[in-house]
Amino acid sequence: MTAQADIGFHARRHARWHAGEIAFWLLALACAFAFPSRYLIMTEIVRLGLFALSIDLILGYAGIVSLGHAAFFGIGAYSAGLLALHGIINEPLLALIVAGLGAAVLGFATSFLVIRGVDLTRLMVTLGIALLLEALAERYSDITGGTDGLQGIEMQPILGLFAFDMFGRTGFFYSLAALFLLFLLARRVVHSPFGLSLRAIKNNPLRAAAIGIPVHKRLIAIYTLAAFYAGIAGALFTQTTALASLDVFAFERSADLLLVLIIGGTGYLYGGLIGAVVFRMLQELFSIITPQYWQFWIGLVLVVIVMVGRGRLHRWVLWAPNWLIARLGGRKAAVAVPETEGP
Amino acid sequence: MTAVLTNLFDGIAYGMLLFVLACGLAVTLGLMNFVNLAHGAFAMTGGYVCAVLVNQFGWPFFAALPLAFISSAVVGIVLERLLYRHLYTRSHLDQVLFSIGLVFMSVAAVDYITGSQRVFIKLPSMLEGQFDVLGVGVGRYRLLIVVICGLLTATLQLVLARTRFGSRLRAAVDDPRAASGLGINVPQVFAFTFAFGCGLAGLGGALSAEILGLDPYFPLKFMIYFLIVVTVGGSSSITGPFLASLLLGIGDVAGKYYVPKMGPFVIYTLMIVILIWRPNGLFGRTAMR
Repeated sequence: MTAQADIGFHARRHARWHAGEIAFWLLALACAFAFPSRYLIMTEIVRLGLFALSIDLILGYAGIVSLGHAAFFGIGAYSAGLLALHGIINEPLLALIVAGLGAAVLGFATSFLVIRGVDLTRLMVTLGIALLLEALAERYSDITGGTDGLQGIEMQPILGLFAFDMFGRTGFFYSLAALFLLFLLARRVVHSPFGLSLRAIKNNPLRAAAIGIPVHKRLIAIYTLAAFYAGIAGALFTQTTALASLDVFAFERSADLLLVLIIGGTGYLYGGLIGAVVFRMLQELFSIITPQYWQFWIGLVLVVIVMVGRGRLHRWVLWAPNWLIARLGGRKAAVAVPETEGP
Repeated sequence: MTAVLTNLFDGIAYGMLLFVLACGLAVTLGLMNFVNLAHGAFAMTGGYVCAVLVNQFGWPFFAALPLAFISSAVVGIVLERLLYRHLYTRSHLDQVLFSIGLVFMSVAAVDYITGSQRVFIKLPSMLEGQFDVLGVGVGRYRLLIVVICGLLTATLQLVLARTRFGSRLRAAVDDPRAASGLGINVPQVFAFTFAFGCGLAGLGGALSAEILGLDPYFPLKFMIYFLIVVTVGGSSSITGPFLASLLLGIGDVAGKYYVPKMGPFVIYTLMIVILIWRPNGLFGRTAMR
C-alpha cells in the first residue's frame, strides 16, 4: 500500500462514526427525557459545550491559543438580544443564524490580527479585543443597556410553532438541536482534507507551508468558523435566558472556557462537550461546599490539571474504559486518546 | 496649562508605579518567556500585608513597606520552587492555564479572608495633601512614589548592567545551556530573579493601594496593564518596559481626564495597534522566542 493510500485509509477510518459516538448522542437525548426537571441546567451545559466546541476548533485543531473567545460569544449574545428587542428579526432561528454571522464577520476581521505573531502576541490581541468590546458595550450603554444589560427581551416561538416555556423544555431541545447540527458540520470539517491540513499547520506551520498549504488562509477560515460557533452559543444564551449583560464579554468567561476544554481534552471534538458536563457538575459541587468561593476550587482544578499533566490525566481517565474494551472486545483500545500539546 | 502639568506629573507617578509592579513580569515573561498571568496576585499579597500591618497592628507605613516586599518575595520563591519551575519548558497554553488557576485561587482566598470591599491603607499625615511648585499642584504621596520608583529603577539598571549577578542573569537568559556550562547556577539565578520580581510587585502593590485601589479583584483588573507594559516595552532591556509604563501611565491619566467617556478604550486600541505594528514591542530588539 502506498503512503498516500495508507493515509487516506486511516483518515477515512477515523472519519467513520463509531459506536461510542452514537451512544454518546443517544445518551444526550436520553438525558432530556430522564431529567425533565433539569432542563435549565442541561441547556446551560449544551450551550457551554457548543462554546467549548468552538474553541476546540481553533485550539485543538489549529493550535491558536485565545484568551478572548468571549468576544464572539458576547457579539452573538448582544446581536440576538438586540434583534429580538427591537423586533428586527422575530424568528429565533433566523436571528440565531444572523447573530452567528455577525460574530463570524468580527472573527474574520480580527483573524488578520490574530494570525500574525507568536503565542504571546495572540494571547494579548485576543484578550485586548474582548476587553475592547466590553469597554465599548459599557460606553454605548444606550444601546446595550450598560451594566444592567438588555432588559425586556421577549422571544417569539421558534418557526412560529414552539413557544419558549418557563421550564426551559423548548429551549433545551432547541439548543441541543443546534449543537447537534453544528457538531455534524464541525465533524465533517475536521475530517475533511481542510481539517487535516489544519492539523499539519498546528504541528509545524513552516513545514505545512513548505508542502503547499496556504497557512494564513486556512487559519483565517477556521478562526472565522470558530467565531461563528461562539456567536451561535452566545445567541443561544440570550434566546434561552432572555438576558444579555456586560459579563458575556468577561475575561472569566474565556478563562472558564479554556478549563472546560482542557478537562475534556483537545482535538477530538467531544472534549468540549464532556468538559462542559464535568465543569458544570464541578461548579455545582463547589457552590454547595462554599457558595461564594467556588472560584477557588476551579482555580485549584486548573493548577492540578497542569501540574499533573494533561496527557497523563487523560490516560488515567481512559484507563478503565480501555481496559474494559480490551477485555470484552479482545482488541486494542478504540477510545480516542486526545493528543497532548506540543511545546 | 498647570492642569496639564499636574496631569503629566500624576501620569508619571502612575507610570512609575506600573513599572515597579510589572518589572518582575518583564523578567519572567519577557526574558524567561513564561506567561505568568498571576503576577498581579503577588502585588496583591504585598498590598494586603501592608494594609493589615498598618491598619490592624498599627505599624508605621514606612516600616510596613519592606515587609510587603519580603512577604511577596517569600511567597514568590516558595511557589517558584514548588510549582513554577516545573513549567518553564511547558507550552504557553499550560502556563496560561496554570497562572489563571493561581489568579482564581488568590482572588477567592483574599475575598474569603478579608472580604470583597476595597481596602485603604492609613497614610502618615506628612504624605497627605499637595504643595505647589511654580503653580503646579504636586501630590506629596505621588512625589514619594516617583522618588521611590525612580531610585528603584536606577538601582535595577545598575544591578543588571554593572554587577556580577546582572551579567549572570543576562547570560542565563540569553543561553541557559551555555551559561550552565560556564558554571552558572541557572535555576538559582532564575529563582532569585523571580522572587525579587515578586517582591517588587508586592512593594508596588503596597504603594498602589492609594492610587489604583486594592481589592480582591486586583490581579484580574490590572493583569492587562502589566501585560501591556511588558509586551509593548519589549524585553531587550529594562528601559523598554520603563518607557512603556510611563507612556501607559501618562496616556491613561490623560485619557481619563480629557476623554473620560472613552474609558480604557484608547489604551486597548493602542496596544493592539502597537502589537500588530511591532510584534516584539516598541523597544524590542530581538524576536520573542
